[in-house]
Amino acid sequence: MEIKVLQDILSANEALARNNRKLLDANGILAINIMSSPGAGKTSLILKTINKLKGKAQIAVIEGDVASTIDADKVQKAGIPVVQINTEGGCHLEANMISKALSSLSLKDTDLLLIENVGNLICPAGFALGEHKKVMLLSLPEGDDKPHKYPAMFTQADVVVLNKIDLRSLVDFDVAAFHQAVTGVNIKAKIFEISCKSGEGLEEWLSWLNDELALIRAKARK
Amino acid sequence: MHELSITQNILDITLEKAKEAGANKVIKINLTIGELSGIVDDCVQFYFDFLNKDTIAAQAELSFHHLPTQLRCRNCNAIFSPNNLDWSCPNCRKQQAEIVSGRECYVDSIEVE
Repeated sequence: MEIKVLQDILSANEALARNNRKLLDANGILAINIMSSPGAGKTSLILKTINKLKGKAQIAVIEGDVASTIDADKVQKAGIPVVQINTEGGCHLEANMISKALSSLSLKDTDLLLIENVGNLICPAGFALGEHKKVMLLSLPEGDDKPHKYPAMFTQADVVVLNKIDLRSLVDFDVAAFHQAVTGVNIKAKIFEISCKSGEGLEEWLSWLNDELALIRAKARK
Repeated sequence: MHELSITQNILDITLEKAKEAGANKVIKINLTIGELSGIVDDCVQFYFDFLNKDTIAAQAELSFHHLPTQLRCRNCNAIFSPNNLDWSCPNCRKQQAEIVSGRECYVDSIEVE
């Protein structure tokens, strides 16, 4: 006997992600899922953002890594509540890990949650966490062809941040071709060119983040 | 590693539906997997052989139906399959594609007795 099922293999994760989203919304928290290859600058972007928004927003961070607490230690040093998730080999974060992490954060004292996904340009995009926005980071040394080689990540990003822009005279990265490739696969993505090292371009990123925070706060007041 | 949780989900969905149908044994699981879903058959098979022990799906065959990536050109509306890395439209050569299919990953049906 054949039984029609037609059930998405990721439906269990999607359901948990919807629960996370409800919990975040109930507490008026903006959650950002930050994804990139290892070394593109996710932690640097988080630390820069903390540095610039401290006092203006109540930030909490969830750090996803295969192993170690190196990133969480850096965030903790900046005086921000942080939960480290070690996936022990797992290549991406899943919604159940975020549920667990949320239970150890003081949600009523948070309005911006930055989630650093496991460094990987392939699967994190496929697993919803309950976030409001997916931010993808790419750094200049990785090359401008990445939207063609890893389309899944680029098609799902709300924001693409091009980091290490201060290296533009040292590497053969065609910024215009990159813009074209990103908008080619994803018309809605905003692109910010920044350097976490020099601080160049950070204002635009922060201004986008502030706008999104204002939207969430307005919704929470209703 | 990613296939481990995916395979567990496949098994969970299968066992739940088989139980609902009062089945004693799962013969076959028909999966539909899009090219962009990033799911590797061999990995799923490997984990499935490991996870299905002591379940009514222990002997079940996994059948993979693959869906190719299909894109729609936002400029001229042509539907096409990308040629490897090249996502530009074969009709108007513009690079403005949106995904029509290729992200699917679902349990289509199961065969039980």
